Amino acid sequence: MKPFSWRFIRMWQRNRDVFLRLWHAEAPGFVAEPILVLLAMGLGLGAYVGLVDGQRYIEFIAPGIIASYAMFSASFECTYGSFWRMEHQRTYDAIIATPLSVEDVIAGEIFWGATRSLMTGSVILAVAAAFQLVHSPWALLMPILSFLSGIMFSSIAILFTSLVPSFYSFNYFFTLFITPMFFFSGVFFPLSSFPEILQTLSWILPLTPVVHLARALFWGEFHLNLLVALVIIIVLTILFFSISLVTMRRRLTV
Amino acid sequence: MAIILAQNLTKKFKDLLAVDDVNLEIEEGECFGLLGPNGAGKTSLVRMITAVSPPTRGNIWVLGKDLKVYPRQVKAILGVVPQLDNLDPDLTVLQNLITFARYFAIPKKEAYHRSTELLRLFQLEDKHNSRIRELSGGMKRRLLLARGLINQPKIIILDEPTIGLDPQARHLVWQKLGELKAQGITQLICTQNMEEAATICDRVAIMHQGRMLTQDTPRALVSRYVGDEVLEIEANSRNRGKIIEKLTSRGLDFVDMGDTIQVCHVSRDELAECLGSFPDGLRQRSATLEDVFFRLTGRTLVE
Repeated sequence: MKPFSWRFIRMWQRNRDVFLRLWHAEAPGFVAEPILVLLAMGLGLGAYVGLVDGQRYIEFIAPGIIASYAMFSASFECTYGSFWRMEHQRTYDAIIATPLSVEDVIAGEIFWGATRSLMTGSVILAVAAAFQLVHSPWALLMPILSFLSGIMFSSIAILFTSLVPSFYSFNYFFTLFITPMFFFSGVFFPLSSFPEILQTLSWILPLTPVVHLARALFWGEFHLNLLVALVIIIVLTILFFSISLVTMRRRLTV
Repeated sequence: MAIILAQNLTKKFKDLLAVDDVNLEIEEGECFGLLGPNGAGKTSLVRMITAVSPPTRGNIWVLGKDLKVYPRQVKAILGVVPQLDNLDPDLTVLQNLITFARYFAIPKKEAYHRSTELLRLFQLEDKHNSRIRELSGGMKRRLLLARGLINQPKIIILDEPTIGLDPQARHLVWQKLGELKAQGITQLICTQNMEEAATICDRVAIMHQGRMLTQDTPRALVSRYVGDEVLEIEANSRNRGKIIEKLTSRGLDFVDMGDTIQVCHVSRDELAECLGSFPDGLRQRSATLEDVFFRLTGRTLVE
């Protein structure tokens, strides 16, 4: 693996400039939708849900909604967005003919995906705070958690992107990987309501540790398991980040 | 000293030898044309020289720097103008140049200054705020050229710079390339347009099936492989066999093209003497680089 350099920031800046031109086209997906889900599930479904410790259902799901939509932002950016730039617009080809290397370009994409997670996470956090769903100042660390998990999900997404032949392949990624995570990582119901085998399996999903950390930050309640969650996130991030640099170099410099 | 030096360059894909042991030496300030039919290996060769594709074997030095060791430094002094438009459609015309300048770490103010200057030079200043899809083919090509010059390169590498352009736009591009040459910028041009190669290139190389067949000035290639003039005899089924028989027995250099027979390296009188009379449909014309190209790469479709 070749390392990336500070020049990754140039790719990040390029994406930022495009976002600043076109953000209004994407806002509904990453601002309106999570808020709708939060309110519909939280207030609508929540009216029928009684949690053991007297928590309101909307309070229970809010941290997981933030974690999930931060994941969606990074995943969309580094699958459809990256593939479009790479294959259709040939943007990568143009840039790797400049002093930027493939590694710089991909690192720029990953950190941009993470920036999208950060933005999405922050907006929903603000909405949650406005609805008085936040109970601890630790929640101010949510944007950092969104960014960190954004690096992980961007790396996973761009690794997938480096391997697929066409746009249609992303159906597999979202249907078989992202959507199951949305439902089985403890966002909408506690993992303890699953049979034991499913509980263990759900810890394999990278969203699970993020949801646990998010919920802890919301309530300011910490325990030792969270350290394990953080280590899982960091290890997966380093792993997928590194592999994606290798597979992308292989794809782009034949 | 050669500004681009490639030795024993080979590129192998799974079951295809795209570039086969090619040597190349391009002098500073010259305009060098790379000719060859589709699939000859031109693009693979250029991708190696621009450091986006690692050679299977062989070495490349650009300005004395080993490309394997210093890819960034080399890319910093190259201007690459691709054949396919890879302008950034998410950005405006001016933003395309400024964003590209940033990849070369050109400071903001300088980037803006160079970008507006290049837009003026390529007659695109009215379009600075347009989207890429609003540009015509000729404008896009000019913008690609302008983008390739944003880092004030020492070498500019162009892939089919005038393909698909109307004659006016083509001549504008040629004129700009001439101006760059006058400034001492070395040019490497891939082209299938023989007129283009003969007009603007100091030297050309002809590639075929991954191999480098020949390299020289266009004029020298023409006189070496075809002679100054080509005589074309109109042939029909009645006289064709007879003419070919006579030409062969005389040991003349000819190409049978079906309805015409082209004879090279021969004067009109010599040919008349050989055939016993002036044939009716005899045409005489200047030999061109295209004749050389056909001689060396054949007339059948490669792909």
